[in-house]
Amino acid sequence: MRLARLHLPRPGLRWLPVWRRNFLVWRKLAVPSLLGNLADPLIYMLGLGYGLGSLMPAIDGVDYLGFLAAGTVVASTMHAATFEALYSAFSRMHVQKTWEAILNTPLSLDEVLAGELFWAASKSLFSGLAILAVVAALGLVSSVYALAAIPVIFLTGAAFAALGLVVCALAPSFDFFMYYFTLFLTPMLLISGVFFPAGQLPAAIQAIAGWLPLAHAVQLVRPLLLGELPDDPLGHLAVLLLVAGLGFWIACVLARRRLLA
Amino acid sequence: MASLTRRSTRAVGDPGAILEVGHLAKSWAGEVVVDDLSFSVPAATCFGLLGPNGAGKTTTLRCCLGLSELDGGEVRLAGRAIPGEARLARARVGVVPQADNLDPDFTCHENLLVYGRYFGIADTLIAERIPQLLDFAGLAGKQDAPIQTLSGGMKRRLTLARALINDPDILFLDEPTTGLDPQARHLIWERLKRLVAEGKTLLLTTHFMDEAERLCDRLAILDRGRIIAEGAPRGLISKHIEPQVVEVFGDDAVDWARKRMVLGERVEAAGDTAFVYCLDPAPLLSALAGEAQLRFVHRAASLEDVFLKLTGRDLRD
Repeated sequence: MRLARLHLPRPGLRWLPVWRRNFLVWRKLAVPSLLGNLADPLIYMLGLGYGLGSLMPAIDGVDYLGFLAAGTVVASTMHAATFEALYSAFSRMHVQKTWEAILNTPLSLDEVLAGELFWAASKSLFSGLAILAVVAALGLVSSVYALAAIPVIFLTGAAFAALGLVVCALAPSFDFFMYYFTLFLTPMLLISGVFFPAGQLPAAIQAIAGWLPLAHAVQLVRPLLLGELPDDPLGHLAVLLLVAGLGFWIACVLARRRLLA
Repeated sequence: MASLTRRSTRAVGDPGAILEVGHLAKSWAGEVVVDDLSFSVPAATCFGLLGPNGAGKTTTLRCCLGLSELDGGEVRLAGRAIPGEARLARARVGVVPQADNLDPDFTCHENLLVYGRYFGIADTLIAERIPQLLDFAGLAGKQDAPIQTLSGGMKRRLTLARALINDPDILFLDEPTTGLDPQARHLIWERLKRLVAEGKTLLLTTHFMDEAERLCDRLAILDRGRIIAEGAPRGLISKHIEPQVVEVFGDDAVDWARKRMVLGERVEAAGDTAFVYCLDPAPLLSALAGEAQLRFVHRAASLEDVFLKLTGRDLRD
């Protein structure tokens, strides 16, 4: 690894045409894409919420479906950003050589990655908002505080987009992504308080969850949907920002090594 | 650093050149890919980089565009130092890559629109240019055609149109006609000649010798990352090789030709074909007239003969 490749990302504003390119593709397939991002998490939420929920007592004074709503919003945001930054970005980088075509123009690689990061975060915001709208329509959102969840959803998407781009820049093929899902995303999903309060877990696992971006996103979004202010909001936001920033930097360094050697 | 800069002003500093490469060096995974390469391309000419597979042609292009870290030497492109000002330089360059990387999700029009935006060109200006570019590429009326419906030749031409979206001063063409049928190839050649006539500069890599001979004002033959010959196509032929070639085919053609070395200057064998290079083919042709079992072709020496003489006949994969 050459030291010259380690410099901080220096994206100018030229990332915007990359975002617009991806948006133009998405617009052509927006309906099936949104439906796909909407249907799966909602089926899980309603199935588990009504099915399991009918067997369960209220959690912190909220019935299970209400508890699960915030987890579903955050988890589907994570998944939407992750799929975009893994499969779609990898396809543009490695299969279609779209990045290669863009690098022949005045854009820098940092700007291509910034465009991908903001695009994946935007797409996850569309998904998160769609779920949020359905959740609100079901009467599971009790206050205008829920509007404050919107920037949190975007930031959550950005954090997972950044992590996804790191994995994308490392991946030799699509199969590689399975490691990321199996070894990181799935365990994180289960210990971050999406389906049940993380307080149920042994202290050691709770300590691990304290480092995971998904847990921080849940702790921000759940109170907001229930009409409460989150505890330590700045701390949670700082973690999400740090993951997004650090992840993006690492993704830039790895992509430079891969594409500009 | 100071001594490097002084040397560079000697190697790189010709005001008529749009691209200057001085002592370029590049290694990859411990292997030397480009080795002390120097050449310069005058504006409004076509310059060819010829070489067998793996000679370092594509790497040289990437270094010139500032997309690959230089290990040594320097590059000036469109008046800008590479890699420091590569982004400003690339604003003046169009690139036709070796493999198609058009956007498969878009129509022809959308491909050009989206690509123009990367140069910061306003949508209205791009929209004005698109019909002219499609027309130039022989794709008039195809603006709404999805990329998947285009033939290989049409995709290449659209890639050429895309490379012109920023009205560049110089075009980098990496094997622009590989994989095309003869009709498509001739059309591309005709368009490229037109671009040079309009004042654009072309930097072309190819391993088709007839392509290089037709298009290039000057060319450099690369082998193992070094330039082993440079000049105008006709000049290289007259400098490096005898003017006449007789190719003799048949079972014992090679033995037959070697025994008659005195009739030619030089004999090269490839399979059951003997290539006899000579100044005056008449004695050899009259000897061949009496050999009914041998077939032969008599032709003028070409760039391909120069290329094979200089880089050898062994496979390079």
